[in-house]
Amino acid sequence: MTAETPFIQIHSVSRVFNGGNGVHDLSIDIPRGSFVVLLGPSGCGKSTTLRLIAGLETADQGRILVDGTDVTNSPPSKRGLSMVFQSYALFPHLNVAENIIFGLKVRKTDKDEIKTRLNEALNVTGLEGYEDRKPSELSGGQRQRVALARAIVAGHPLCLMDEPLSNLDAKLRHSVRKDIRDLQQRLGITVVYVTHDQTEAMSMADIVILMKDGKIEQSGNPADLYLQPTSAFAAGFVGSPPMALLPAKALPTDVIPTGHNERNLTFGIRPEDLALSTQPDQTAWGIAATVTGSEFLGAETYVFVAIPGTDGATARLPGRVHISPGTEVSLSWAGAAAHWFDGETGHRLSLMKTSQTAQDSPLNTETDTAIPTL
Amino acid sequence: MNEMARLQHRRLALYGWMLAAPALALMSLFAFYPAIATLWHSLFTRGTTRRPSVFAGLDNYGDLFADPTFWTVAANNLIYAGVTIPVSIIFALIMALWANAHIPARSFVRSAYFTPTILPMIAAANLWLFFYTPDLGVIDQITGFFGAEPTNWLGQPETALASVIIVTIWKESGFFMIFYLAALQTIPPDLREAARIEGAGRWTYTRRVLLPLLMPTTIFVFVNAMINSVKLIDHLFILTKGGPNNASKLILYWIWEMAFSYFDSPNAAAMTILVLLTLGIVAVIQFRLVEKRTHYR
Repeated sequence: MTAETPFIQIHSVSRVFNGGNGVHDLSIDIPRGSFVVLLGPSGCGKSTTLRLIAGLETADQGRILVDGTDVTNSPPSKRGLSMVFQSYALFPHLNVAENIIFGLKVRKTDKDEIKTRLNEALNVTGLEGYEDRKPSELSGGQRQRVALARAIVAGHPLCLMDEPLSNLDAKLRHSVRKDIRDLQQRLGITVVYVTHDQTEAMSMADIVILMKDGKIEQSGNPADLYLQPTSAFAAGFVGSPPMALLPAKALPTDVIPTGHNERNLTFGIRPEDLALSTQPDQTAWGIAATVTGSEFLGAETYVFVAIPGTDGATARLPGRVHISPGTEVSLSWAGAAAHWFDGETGHRLSLMKTSQTAQDSPLNTETDTAIPTL
Repeated sequence: MNEMARLQHRRLALYGWMLAAPALALMSLFAFYPAIATLWHSLFTRGTTRRPSVFAGLDNYGDLFADPTFWTVAANNLIYAGVTIPVSIIFALIMALWANAHIPARSFVRSAYFTPTILPMIAAANLWLFFYTPDLGVIDQITGFFGAEPTNWLGQPETALASVIIVTIWKESGFFMIFYLAALQTIPPDLREAARIEGAGRWTYTRRVLLPLLMPTTIFVFVNAMINSVKLIDHLFILTKGGPNNASKLILYWIWEMAFSYFDSPNAAAMTILVLLTLGIVAVIQFRLVEKRTHYR
């Protein structure tokens, strides 16, 4: 814990809807100047959390503080924040410049200042020359930048983003991701960003808050989430292709850590940690599997395998791998790469197969990434 | 040019004319031909068996302008349009905003507002005839409760036109509300939230975002209301018959009266042409001026 008080404090906030979704007893602290991503499947409460911070929803219970001020019942305009909507929510009848300065005009900002700030925002977002265009005359990426310009023009220290990239095509999404991250660092603002795309979360965030059913599943920096998922859900949600989660009873018994009931365990393994061997019994503890298909992606090849009694697994192998469907293979991994979860609750279990030594595994070395306190 | 391409062009042109033909035939028969015939008719004197009709030039128009009734009727219609158009549009907008809000019994409110539109104008006028009945009508019962004298709302020149105007507004607002309601539902709620975050209150949002986005609807409704202010006279037959002393007489009613009560069809034709001309000019102004400043999505 740092001595500095968090910029946003959410204290056991609940907001429940008639349909059953919402957030339940949620507490989050967000440090000043950080890029926080709320990640989760649809209906997990991530958007509700964002709207609670924005003031578009009112908390049933709990308190929300922004910069030390209790804003639980303040209207959105009194919270000193801006927001980028998924649909961009640009005013279709106003041109780019009018859209950007809408809020400044409403707040009756001085005319010269409006002009300076508009030029600054246009400059930062690279929209010079588009001032007089209507949103309908812009491409998706340009509209997205207008929404971004509108969010930063007022100079609020907090910017909320609700899946701002989901309407862009894949290539653009990648470059805008970087642009947004750069912008956030340059302006030193705090960004709370909602997405269901774990790639976005992993590549942009200082802190990822993974949510499920209105509660926080896990929060931490991206590396934490990837390397030390606290639950089977987190393990399966983060990473692409996802971690294979296999019920332990489908595995050979010598793989199972000693002293544990195999029925109550789930075994997880990242695709890149799997090694494939076509010669069985090369190692004492392999899993027998059948190749069902493969995808060649240039630098790497995904090989999909079926394991009886499971949903199967994916192995991520470097370079080009020729392996025809139907081939019998044996799967193996470095012992430290295995993740074990409680079969019922999904909680992470810190156990290791005693016969395995894992000094050579890079996963065990301390990561030097600074882990922000939450 | 390629023979095949030319043939295709010709076929496309023929196809277009074929599609337009039914509407064109009907319009010619029932709109263009009558309009031209009316114009022609308005240039001749009234024919009787003894004195056949002769070309009179613009004499019929001169007669109209000399007739004090013309000026009364024109003034009446201006007042009628000047009040019914803006008031029914404003009512329609307010009702639509209300019916679009998240209120209990929303569908009941909507259908209640729409009921006057479903009623035929003749039925509505008969209903209002009872409301306006001196001493016994609902209105006098209410005003009488506060100690006011019974008023013959439809029977005195001071209140006759106003009474007719109120019936029209009551009838039209619900109809226009439907258009506003439909338009409001196409406006994404995100815009409201974005405006709220930017610090816009309810009024600022309405003025800066909602009204501009509703402008196409407003123009449509405005054109309709204007046409109705000339066209809609059914209730006059039931309520006042244009009286007393022409106090509630509107142009179309007067035309009908000239043509079918006094059998003065040349003057009626001349008046019709004047109305057509006026509406045509207003339509051009509308398209040229207003549409340019409107945002269409």
